[in-house]
Amino acid sequence: MPLVRGGRIVADNFTRIEDGAPIPNEGAVLVPAARFLADANELLQRQAPVGVIWPNDKNVSELAPYLDKLALIALVFPVYKDGRAYSQARLLRERHNYRGELRATGQVLRDQFVFLLRAGFDAFDVVKEADALAFEETAKRYSVFFQPTGDGRMTVARSRLKLHGHPTPATTRVNA
Amino acid sequence: MTSPLQQKIKITGPSVITANRLGDGAVVYRTAKHEWTTEIANAAVVSNATAATELLTPAKADGNNAVDVYVAPVKLENDNILPGNLRELIRMRGPTFELPYSFGA
Amino acid sequence: MYLYDEFDRTLLTERVDEFRGQVARRLSGELTEDEFKSLRLMNGVYLQLHAYMLRIAIPYGTLSSQQLRQLALVARRYDRGYGHFTTRQNIQFNWIKLAQLPDAMADLAAVGLHGMQTSGNCVRNITTDQWAGVAPDEIDDPRVWAELIRQHVTLHPEFSFLPRKFKIAVGASDHDRAALRIHDLALRMHTNGAGERGFEVMVGGGLGRTPFIAKTIKEFLPQRDVLSYIEAVLRLYNQYGRRDNIYKARIKILVHDKGAEQFGKEVEAEWQSIKDGRLALDQAVVDEIATRFQYPEYVQLSNDPPELKKALSDGRFAVWHANSVRPHKQPGYAIVTLSLKPVGKPTGDCTADQMDKIAEIADRFSFSEIRVGHEQNLVLPQVAQRDLPEVFKALDAIEVATPNVNHISDIIACPGLDYCSLANARAIPVAQEISKRFADFKISENLGRLHVNISGCINACGHHHVGHIGILGVEKNGEEFYQITIGGRADEKAELGTLIGPAVPYDEVADVVEDLAEAYLDLRERPNELFIETFKRVGVEPFKERVYATR
Repeated sequence: MPLVRGGRIVADNFTRIEDGAPIPNEGAVLVPAARFLADANELLQRQAPVGVIWPNDKNVSELAPYLDKLALIALVFPVYKDGRAYSQARLLRERHNYRGELRATGQVLRDQFVFLLRAGFDAFDVVKEADALAFEETAKRYSVFFQPTGDGRMTVARSRLKLHGHPTPATTRVNA
Repeated sequence: MTSPLQQKIKITGPSVITANRLGDGAVVYRTAKHEWTTEIANAAVVSNATAATELLTPAKADGNNAVDVYVAPVKLENDNILPGNLRELIRMRGPTFELPYSFGA
Repeated sequence: MYLYDEFDRTLLTERVDEFRGQVARRLSGELTEDEFKSLRLMNGVYLQLHAYMLRIAIPYGTLSSQQLRQLALVARRYDRGYGHFTTRQNIQFNWIKLAQLPDAMADLAAVGLHGMQTSGNCVRNITTDQWAGVAPDEIDDPRVWAELIRQHVTLHPEFSFLPRKFKIAVGASDHDRAALRIHDLALRMHTNGAGERGFEVMVGGGLGRTPFIAKTIKEFLPQRDVLSYIEAVLRLYNQYGRRDNIYKARIKILVHDKGAEQFGKEVEAEWQSIKDGRLALDQAVVDEIATRFQYPEYVQLSNDPPELKKALSDGRFAVWHANSVRPHKQPGYAIVTLSLKPVGKPTGDCTADQMDKIAEIADRFSFSEIRVGHEQNLVLPQVAQRDLPEVFKALDAIEVATPNVNHISDIIACPGLDYCSLANARAIPVAQEISKRFADFKISENLGRLHVNISGCINACGHHHVGHIGILGVEKNGEEFYQITIGGRADEKAELGTLIGPAVPYDEVADVVEDLAEAYLDLRERPNELFIETFKRVGVEPFKERVYATR
């Protein structure tokens, strides 16, 4: 499952800790939610980066106290059709101001890349290598965006106002 | 009604494997040679779950050619294979009324 | 109607290109059907019984003549020369090939038409009533708001993979012609005590296995807050709608389980966090959209011009005029309904030739605009009264002037088992038979407004729950049977119909409908008491007795 970050396939420096396994003293670790919450403060005192795997049916506001120390949050798409993590991502980025790595995991396919980027994900555990290799190209598929999200892209509404200025009120009748 | 696609294999009479062709959605039937045909006359008829499974499994794996594969009942009359219920009749023959036509066509 | 600008056009082109790539990857096997299915659904591509079906959105039911001509072209070039108008102001083509879809979509995109989000678990076509912008009783044109919302929910990154479909309707009159209360979310524009315009927000309507009438969760939402409030509703639905059972995944279940009041509170809490953010609508943004709405340059005309008066002496014209023509907000103009329910023919279909002719008539007489109603009829929304005689002649010549609008033979029917892979029973032939029984316009006129709705399965695409007479096809031992309900309505007094008794077989449905019509004629207190009013007064028993006396 190639990991894509910055538009390219990269090595994953995080080690996923399985349930019951001990957490090593060194190295970046990715810890399941329950485990993390049980020992959060201690874990976050580690010198090395800590990440948490957060299930898509758990409220992300529970992570609020730890967001400035977490290096990675991995959200989950059990199947690509289950879109709950899009809301989680936006809330983490836009409401809670999370600045660490936000990783999409689970069934992550090419056709969701643009949505994922717009929702605030910046790392992708991609299922198919071909999709991972096509990431950069796919990310440029759309240039028109209607909705303001945390991604900083200019919305169409803004672009229109820039182009036309504030228009005259809508009582203008135009020739058919 | 449960969609035929969600059935467990339960053969109660002569049956065929049917699907929709990927490219154009046309109704197709599985032949004994594990190919797809649009003619029900060339379909392989099975009458028990084992035979059905033998045909069905590779048919389902043939997703590049046909999709929504399932087992459908047929009626055998004088060596003719006929659709076994109204749904299959409609799949084979199209809607049961005259389609709209264009004037001066 | 709304005119696309470069941004709208670019989005469509990008979407068509994306779909072209996806189809190629599917045909090559790089994408499995499972991976492809949601993608094609989000472009309106279904696989039906005998072929792929393409569903194209007609945003809030408004079409230009140019667009209608292009639909005719698509019907001829890629399909079998006709299209079907649906109960959600969409059009469907039933015989499209997968490999040709990208080209068909490119042809549609050239005139600003598309199938985006007409299926799939996303926000669907925003609908309104077919008289929007021209009805005398509206306080404003709801289509501007429908367009604002449409843009907001198009390829929304957070809400493209909802638990299930989400249907929004907008209205701007007290009389609900858009069936607001059977939608997942509905907005009814009205003015508050201070004369400000805003929306009543209703959620959780929907038919199908568990039908519900929508509940009001906000009496008055200021216009500025429309997008942020919808965002809050969708965010709650996305996170808490059920994902474990597709029959319990609509928002109506969530609203019902939580209770409307509790649901409203949760929406309010989420909304408070975002209402003053970037989704707050400033007047500049609304005005900007509104400038791209093109309205007719009406001529100053009087009502009841001499041309019309003269033509009314002709019996056929008079019958049609009384049935299919309604007042317009602009003096001297009229709203004309085109019945797509010719006696004995499939309901809601339109041939490519008819489309071309209607486009021509629209160019000449309706400022090039056509509307599509959820009753599966078309409308010419702005015809000068003095042109009505010529318009009638032209419509009559192409068989779209049957004077049965809102009558018992103006049946709303889903495609049913003749087309749809979800169906249990046929709907169209049932509609055809009923319409033949009531072919005599004197009889159907005497029966008055009587809505018959037929669905071929519990998914209720024919809206049978809210029909004055509702007919639901079921399967019993391989045979087609039909459950009949009466007393449903889809307007501002929305109600679900009441079952009259055991299901009847296919050959008896039209007989039952005749029995119901006869019962109504016997039971009504006066000629202008409508069927639905008689039912309200006497209940289901007298009707039930009549129908089942001999069954």
